[in-house]
Amino acid sequence: MTAVRCVDLCKTYHQGDEDIKALDHVSIEIDEGGFVCLSAPSGGGKTTLLNAIGGLDKPDSGEVYIAGSRIDNLGKGDLAELRLRQIGFVFQAFNLIPVLTARENVEFVMQVQGVTAAERGRLALEILEEVGLDGLEDRLPADMSGGQQQRVAVARAIVSRPALVLADEPTANLDSKTSDGLMELFRELNERHKTTFVIATHDKRVMSYAKRLVRMLDGRIVDDIEQHAA
Amino acid sequence: MHMTAILARLAWRNLWRNHRRTVIMLAAVILGTWAMIFMTALMRGMVTDVVREGIAALPGHVQVHHPDYRDDPSVANLIPISDTEITTKFSDAGFTGWASRVRVPAVVTSEYDSRGVTLLGIDPERERDMTFVDYDDVEGRFLESASDKGIVIGRKLAKTLNTQVGKRIVLMSQDPDNEIADRGFRVVGLFGANVTAFEEAFVFAGKTTTQDMLRIDDQVSELVAIGDDYRNVEEVYQQVSALVDGSVTVQRWFEIDTYLGSMLKVMDGFLLVWIIVIFLALSFGLVNTLVMAVFERVREIGLMLALGMRPMFILGQIVIESLMLLALGLVIGTILAWAAVQPIKDGIDISIVGEGLDMWGMSNVLYPELLLSDVILANTVVLVLGFLASLSPAWRAAHYEPVEAITKV
Repeated sequence: MTAVRCVDLCKTYHQGDEDIKALDHVSIEIDEGGFVCLSAPSGGGKTTLLNAIGGLDKPDSGEVYIAGSRIDNLGKGDLAELRLRQIGFVFQAFNLIPVLTARENVEFVMQVQGVTAAERGRLALEILEEVGLDGLEDRLPADMSGGQQQRVAVARAIVSRPALVLADEPTANLDSKTSDGLMELFRELNERHKTTFVIATHDKRVMSYAKRLVRMLDGRIVDDIEQHAA
Repeated sequence: MHMTAILARLAWRNLWRNHRRTVIMLAAVILGTWAMIFMTALMRGMVTDVVREGIAALPGHVQVHHPDYRDDPSVANLIPISDTEITTKFSDAGFTGWASRVRVPAVVTSEYDSRGVTLLGIDPERERDMTFVDYDDVEGRFLESASDKGIVIGRKLAKTLNTQVGKRIVLMSQDPDNEIADRGFRVVGLFGANVTAFEEAFVFAGKTTTQDMLRIDDQVSELVAIGDDYRNVEEVYQQVSALVDGSVTVQRWFEIDTYLGSMLKVMDGFLLVWIIVIFLALSFGLVNTLVMAVFERVREIGLMLALGMRPMFILGQIVIESLMLLALGLVIGTILAWAAVQPIKDGIDISIVGEGLDMWGMSNVLYPELLLSDVILANTVVLVLGFLASLSPAWRAAHYEPVEAITKV
């Protein structure tokens, strides 16, 4: 079963008089349970592709399918619903809501989904323990390290068991040890829950964890290889 | 419901992220609310005083006259129903108060001077609860019955006429045949009034004594009834109308004194304008606070949108934040205004400007009047306008593109 399918995506940004092709006829299919890294230098189009897959950005042309359903033609409300129910996000920075504690941040998505207080409380504590943050659930983001914050973001992304997790440079602000820990966590979740991971990065250490490495350059896929993860 | 809880939690915590800004804005709302309600209480008190004093001078919430009496308030225009018949009909009607009286223009003369006055021929017991005269504060005594042969005049008039209790004065008017009707009276009492002009304008004599003097037998020129609240006289009006026939005119107090009547409406309109003006001053701060709050949280708002929160909930969060700030300010401001009224609710002596107040028909003591309806009006206007004012920044926040907002530096 295909988790993600992009067909002939194009996206051009206008910067002054210059047109920048962020996506140039990109097509890609990612199977369920995949662990894919999108690798490209800055401006290569990986974040744009990730945003198009996540319904955060609309391509100028082309089609995007999530779990077999086309999403590029959906309205704002439907896209919000799709992101809420089917996709977990981990961003490079500013992942958490500053006024909510770690536990409340994890519960946030479930609360918007309408999960009962008792259920989301139980799941939040379970997932925080799973990502190694038990005992820190009542801390505000400002009182946690960058690695701990990213772990909370990962916990939030996976707590409601989305079929797809999209991570944009998740280790960019982390030291190597913390990065390794986070990637181990991603891999474990991928293997245990068969969650599909699509990670945009230019960190070679992160790429080494991927089962599939997709290299992009100037908005095009230039290389797409299966690899043995580290 | 689950969204309301999370939105309220986010709004409340966001409110206190920037303590200083919130406290300053809150202080402005509290001060504005306090000023709105406290000043409203003072103004309402002033207007109520003017209206009450005015009604007391009329007096009566609903009045019955001969159809021509208003144009010519002389003895020629008496009520064409006998006083006995009036008494029979009105005694058991259950009014809070009612009275029939003779009210005609007259000239009062002492050995030194004379003045034009309004002669009120009354039954003192019937008038006790509706007149502006405090019977217990009369120098000498007030009239004891409708057949009392004495006369009670105002202190100021006594000074003008250079007379005093125990002395005799002459009252002169006309009888229905346009003949001079006069009588000598002994001054038995001097009354005081909150509005000193009343002390010069009115003199009181017994009703039957006055009827005898004017040779009008069992007739009166004015029939009045009062209810419990001068603002709501419709029931009394209907009741009085049902007891009299078409040969007389029945009028509410605000139809008789249109100036007084319009004061209440003008006051209501003025209060609304006053509240809106204060709110407009507040709204600049409120909108600025919200715009700053939204501007500072662009990435956070983008994150929530990216995670699947619908734009309308972002809008709701900002609006709730604004309403929480306003509601808190309104509650504290209202309590402070109430507390500020308590020490002065028994009246503030403003006799230092008494002469000027007299001109407006006001007494020398100002009683602040804190009406629940005014408090509700002030709170409602602020909340409704606050809601509208917060829509702009909230709308802006709700329509961020998540991908742009989340990467905003």
